[in-house]
Amino acid sequence: MAIEKIFKDDASEEKGERARMASFVGAIAITDLVKTTLGPKGMDKILQSTGRGHGITVTNDGATILKSLHIDNPAAKVLIDISKVQDDEVGDGTTSVVVLAGELLREAEKLVAAKIHPMTIISGYRMAAECARNALLQRVVDNKENAEKFKSDLMKIAMTTLSSKILSQDKQHFAQLTVDAVMRLKGSTNLEAIQIIKKPGGSLKDSFLDEGFILDKKIGLGQPKRIENAKILVANTAMDTDKVKIYGARVRVDSMSKVAEIEGAEKEKMREKVQKIIAHGINCFVNRQLIYNFPEELFADAGILAIEHADFDGIERLALVTGGEIASTFDNPESVKLGHCKLIEEIMIGEDKLIHFSGVEMGQACTIVLRGASHHVLDEAERSLHDALCVLSQTVNDTRVLLGGGWPEMVMAKEVDELARKTPGKKSHAIEAFSRALVAIPTIISDNAGLDSADLVAQLRAAHHEGCNAGIDVITGSVGDMAELGISESFKVKQAVLLSATEAAEMILRVDEIITCAPRQREDRM
Amino acid sequence: MALAFDEYGRPFIILKEQDQKTRLRGIEAQKANIAAGKAVARILRTSIGPKGMDKILQSPDGDVTITNDGATILEQMDVDNQIAKLMVELSRSQDYEIGDGTTGVVVMAGALLEQAERLLERGIHPIRIAEGYEMASRIAVEHLEHISQKFDFGTTNIEPLVQTCMTTLSSKIVNRCKRHLAEISVKAVLSVADLERKDVNLDMIKVEGKVGGKLEDTELIYGITVDKDMSHPQMPKQIEDAKIAILTCPFEPPKPKTKHKVEIDTVEKFQTLRLQEQKYFDDMVQKCKDVGATLVICQWGFDDEANHLLMHRNLPAVRWVGGVELELIAIATGGRIVPRFQELTPEKLGRAGVVREKSFGTTKDKMLYIEHCANSRAVTIFIRGGNKMMIEETKRSIHDALCVARNLIRNNSIVYGGGSAEISCSIAVEAAADKYPGVEQYAIRAFADALDSVPMALAENSGLQPIETLSAVKSQQIKENNPHYGIDCNDVGTNDMRQQDVFETLIGKQQQILLATQVVKMILKIDDVISPSDY
Repeated sequence: MAIEKIFKDDASEEKGERARMASFVGAIAITDLVKTTLGPKGMDKILQSTGRGHGITVTNDGATILKSLHIDNPAAKVLIDISKVQDDEVGDGTTSVVVLAGELLREAEKLVAAKIHPMTIISGYRMAAECARNALLQRVVDNKENAEKFKSDLMKIAMTTLSSKILSQDKQHFAQLTVDAVMRLKGSTNLEAIQIIKKPGGSLKDSFLDEGFILDKKIGLGQPKRIENAKILVANTAMDTDKVKIYGARVRVDSMSKVAEIEGAEKEKMREKVQKIIAHGINCFVNRQLIYNFPEELFADAGILAIEHADFDGIERLALVTGGEIASTFDNPESVKLGHCKLIEEIMIGEDKLIHFSGVEMGQACTIVLRGASHHVLDEAERSLHDALCVLSQTVNDTRVLLGGGWPEMVMAKEVDELARKTPGKKSHAIEAFSRALVAIPTIISDNAGLDSADLVAQLRAAHHEGCNAGIDVITGSVGDMAELGISESFKVKQAVLLSATEAAEMILRVDEIITCAPRQREDRM
Repeated sequence: MALAFDEYGRPFIILKEQDQKTRLRGIEAQKANIAAGKAVARILRTSIGPKGMDKILQSPDGDVTITNDGATILEQMDVDNQIAKLMVELSRSQDYEIGDGTTGVVVMAGALLEQAERLLERGIHPIRIAEGYEMASRIAVEHLEHISQKFDFGTTNIEPLVQTCMTTLSSKIVNRCKRHLAEISVKAVLSVADLERKDVNLDMIKVEGKVGGKLEDTELIYGITVDKDMSHPQMPKQIEDAKIAILTCPFEPPKPKTKHKVEIDTVEKFQTLRLQEQKYFDDMVQKCKDVGATLVICQWGFDDEANHLLMHRNLPAVRWVGGVELELIAIATGGRIVPRFQELTPEKLGRAGVVREKSFGTTKDKMLYIEHCANSRAVTIFIRGGNKMMIEETKRSIHDALCVARNLIRNNSIVYGGGSAEISCSIAVEAAADKYPGVEQYAIRAFADALDSVPMALAENSGLQPIETLSAVKSQQIKENNPHYGIDCNDVGTNDMRQQDVFETLIGKQQQILLATQVVKMILKIDDVISPSDY
């Protein structure tokens, strides 16, 4: 009498060693996939989508790569998830977090093979992670008090972040751009206020930060192309024929003349609305929705610049920079707050005409105009800038800074190693393994740069025994002083990498059984 | 299959579609059922205890769940076998009733089935086994009562509660900061508990999670969080001493339920209708303003115009708030949910000390905190963690801890954990067995052996020698007549659970034994399985 089947058809179950193997293999495969993108000499990947047109993305950003992968291995999904969270939370370090988690699992695999129980490994990892965090905490530099120094810290962080991306050639330029943009936010982390406009053409060097605001729209026909001391009304209202919103209303007429009358009334209504808007004493009107020809003509007659169909974010940003409120009713002009700016004009970037608002009241938002040879370059540049902006805005909130170039990993590895020596019991193997996993990161960085990693890391370790600022200088291919080279990283990013990687590794290690349900049958299978 | 044959061996047709059904009967059926039950228990066996492992469950849509919680594992396992489904039910009812011990109950049932199989082989009738189990479970439950201890706690002395919650949490992935989470759970339960009536309404505790940050950032908020933001980006982000109007009517022109038509046939009508419409919006906002509301929370959406009017009149508003959240807000702020604008009165407004919007991470993620409410009974536990699965698992763990704390408030008796209660019961049942004449004696003894399987699994999962450890602890209990010795899972050095502060609730344990016995009885009584055969 055989044991009856418990699960439904197609559901599968993997137990014990096999389950663990499956998750290790999956996680390590993912790690190896993104490993080569790590560091300033990391390589890019081409991702081709399965959608229509087989769109291509060229990127170096871990989160973007992993997001586009279709994965069936549950452990690999965990890694993708931590990378995504890292992206949402701090913006950068998306590759590092996956690589560290993968390395931790790789070390764990060896320990499991040596018959150490996963729970023992986990408790060792936990102790090690705590110790590593403390090691970092002791070595952080906080220049919150000194604005001048803090700004240079930000510059360094931006340059470090950008140096692994496509923008590395002009990193000085872009670092300046991002730091300026973030400083304008004055501590807010709302990156929506920084608009990135991509225009193909020119070279990356031609990208610039505009203090004002640029709206990717055209100015309506016959309306002024240049307005000084503009008063702007930002609105979100229907400027086609205003529908009657009361439910069930409908027009019923019995003769042609009636139709004309109603049409006239409608027109009159619109004219009234426009009059009300004009009564605000404005000379620029920006609407989120479409503006039809008729009202546009009325605006043109009144000498008002009307911009239609600005997207929602654009409206919000515009309201933010000009200090106006987003209006939808126009009955009391005196109490609506209008936005102000010194000058509105049409400018040309490449071949496109854009509207430029300069001399705005509240300088919280700004626009970065990216120029570059192709769409792919621009897309990647935008992602890189996004990373840098995220890191910087997070650093503004948490001003603690560390050195970069593998320095934090070596510092942590050293402390963790010492902890391992002090810890009795099997745990110490796990702690030692943790330190090996940490060292793997500088190893990969130098491998990717085509350097002799074994030699370099050994040198680095020796240098760190004394306790110094040594890290890997990828440019000269030797061990260098990170403080002198000006390579810095944000503490918050490093901490997030450390903690989420440990958490993920722990989660995967704890698993001893994988139960996969039968995949849902798709109705519309072709 | 056929039920009856004539003298030539031809089957009578008795059942519908008789040839498409299979039948398993007698001892065969019982053995098959027992095998299925055991198989389910075997899956969960490795999850038990502080060193228990987790399972990855992949749903039909490919979503991954990583969990240690017995009820969740079984729920998502996509089980097809009928007996296995009974085990799933068993774990679920433990979850509903007690909230914790969902793994233990299944392991216990599995062990009982295993013992029953042996007795069946000896030719003991299943009903006699079931009766013996029933008697034994009664002895065990009484014995638990006997060894249980009451402890005192109050709003100032929450330590015993925290300790018990910690025992629950220690088997989960969150055991890294179990102390922190246990304190949060206990505080949450105490703030919603009605200590007079000894009742806790867990619906008043909302558990919210957001990825990012670290587990240590998990916090208890005395108030409500809503995953929404203000309807207009320029509305104030913080409101002090808010008076909240809670509405379930949209800020939109009315839509009468009966079918109707408004006919426009003249220009005048067109214009009056337009004016009406404008007035309607104005009235709605004015009514809210008139009663003195400083914040509007609405279940539905707003029209753009209404939104601007609200903004214009300096009346912040939140739209698309879900029904459950709306109710919680109403409870917390002491307001009434108002279905029509006409019925707004100042008394129906809710009150909250601070309402603020908080943003997270680099994306535009915002949440609304409503704190210092008039009725601070509703609380929110806000979980942060490295990834989605972690948050989900933390939610489940917190749920378990909350249930445990609630059970303690209902009944403040505890037994000691680490398998000590099971071992002690096993000794008591074993001793009582001899007093019963008849076949039941064997069943009662088997029950005692089954009780040993939980501490055995604990020891196994903790990497100890199961038989050696169990027998050592057992003899120690008998020798020193002390029911507090259990399995030292965490390698602390002592196996006195009183010193290790490992408690479990009495009702949780009792319920485990009772439920497991019931299900096993049910399974044993089945002697015929008729199922449509798969073709």
